[in-house]
Amino acid sequence: MTVLISAKQLTRYYGKHCAVNKVSFSLARGQILGFLGTNGAGKTTTLQMLCGNLAPSSGEILINGFDMLTQPKLAKRSLGYVPDTPPLYKELSVDEFLRYCAQLHGVPKADITAAVQLAEQRCGLSEVANRLIGVLSKGFQQRVGIAQAIVHNPDVIVLDEPTVGLDPLQIIEIRRLIRELGQEHGVIFSTHILSEVQEVCTDVMIIQQGACVLNARIDELPAEKSLETIFIDLMQAQ
Amino acid sequence: MNMILVIAAREFKTQFLSPLAWTILAILQFILAFLFLKQVETFIMIQPQLATMDNAPSLTDITVTPLFGIAGIIFLLVTPLLTMRLICEERRNKTLSLLLSAPLSNTEIIIGKYLGSFGLSALIVLLITIMPLSLLMGGTLDFAKVFANILALLLLTGAFSSIGLYMSCVAESPTVAATSAFGAIFLLWILDWSTGLTDKPSELFKYLSILRHFQNIQSGLINTLDISYFLIFISFFIMLSIRRLDKEHLQK
Repeated sequence: MTVLISAKQLTRYYGKHCAVNKVSFSLARGQILGFLGTNGAGKTTTLQMLCGNLAPSSGEILINGFDMLTQPKLAKRSLGYVPDTPPLYKELSVDEFLRYCAQLHGVPKADITAAVQLAEQRCGLSEVANRLIGVLSKGFQQRVGIAQAIVHNPDVIVLDEPTVGLDPLQIIEIRRLIRELGQEHGVIFSTHILSEVQEVCTDVMIIQQGACVLNARIDELPAEKSLETIFIDLMQAQ
Repeated sequence: MNMILVIAAREFKTQFLSPLAWTILAILQFILAFLFLKQVETFIMIQPQLATMDNAPSLTDITVTPLFGIAGIIFLLVTPLLTMRLICEERRNKTLSLLLSAPLSNTEIIIGKYLGSFGLSALIVLLITIMPLSLLMGGTLDFAKVFANILALLLLTGAFSSIGLYMSCVAESPTVAATSAFGAIFLLWILDWSTGLTDKPSELFKYLSILRHFQNIQSGLINTLDISYFLIFISFFIMLSIRRLDKEHLQK
């Protein structure tokens, strides 16, 4: 298994407040890592650091073997990121927007149309390809956000709470998509829904007040305890 | 280089998706066409007197130079509106992370944005140039002087755009960005006024005043001092913008 992400001793301060404290983990191809934590635990900060949107106060991030701090361009090449608010240009159509994203990620000109079509197909966007993003429903916008992250076929896909605000059917679809993506890519996603992690992920990581309190394979977790009990136990232990 | 063009092209096209760019183009064209016709009328009226004068101002002096001069003043008002959204709106709409997580350097992002916005200004300059060219149907123009005017206006809008871009990097909202850019440009514009008040005008203020350099080039005196003033100006604010974007992922 190739290691796609290796994060070592990640730390981030906002002023004096320590948002993330010495978090280390790694991710290999074929793994889906569920990232759990209460509000303000440091999930989004960690993901932002992984994707080069935020510089860590200390620590090291290797994406596909490239250091995010010293070789950001090469590291970002293998990365697709869906932030908690999907970055969408509302005045563009889905097609235009995805084309632009593909260009930004250096997809060769000849392959762009195929790449955009594939991403639209995978995210169920083919029917709305020519509509403006601004007029789409939230669920569709969320899907465009995901399509944007997979259009250049990156090795690592990072999703920050991808199922927030979606209806139950859409949630099921997005989970199916994540599982599908996990087969050939490495996927990290953060969520509040514990059952989602149990259902979709191969690995789980829980952080609390910026520190990692659990990092394990789902099938290694004690079978008699549900993830929910484990989570609540860990939170109360603090 | 390729990425710069991708961002610039997107930025340029996006401007036309909002009514703002169209409105500005329409209003500018209307006002300047009115002024241009006024100048042409003036020329026709004073033509008999001009014929008797030695060294009389030419058709170009009477139509083109004032037209481009006024266009400069209008750009002073308009450029902040064109540049205010560049970075600031992306940050507000949280779309900046799209650019920040793509394999791009901040230099590429900033220069791309700059060129996209400057492209629209250049288009406006082109539209303004077409007006005096229409005079060729019945008269002759001093092309060297027309060229000097085009160059002066392009450099001027380039400088305005760079300062607008920087303000857009710094400010929290587009309105603040536009206001600060306008304030900065206006200050540079009027610096020259103070130099006339005393017997010994401040050499520094004289050099910093953007108006003086603009008028020098406009009058046809194209020299390295004025050109380098604009080029240094533009690179200075582009560099500041890049630095500001570099800091984006350090603090929050």
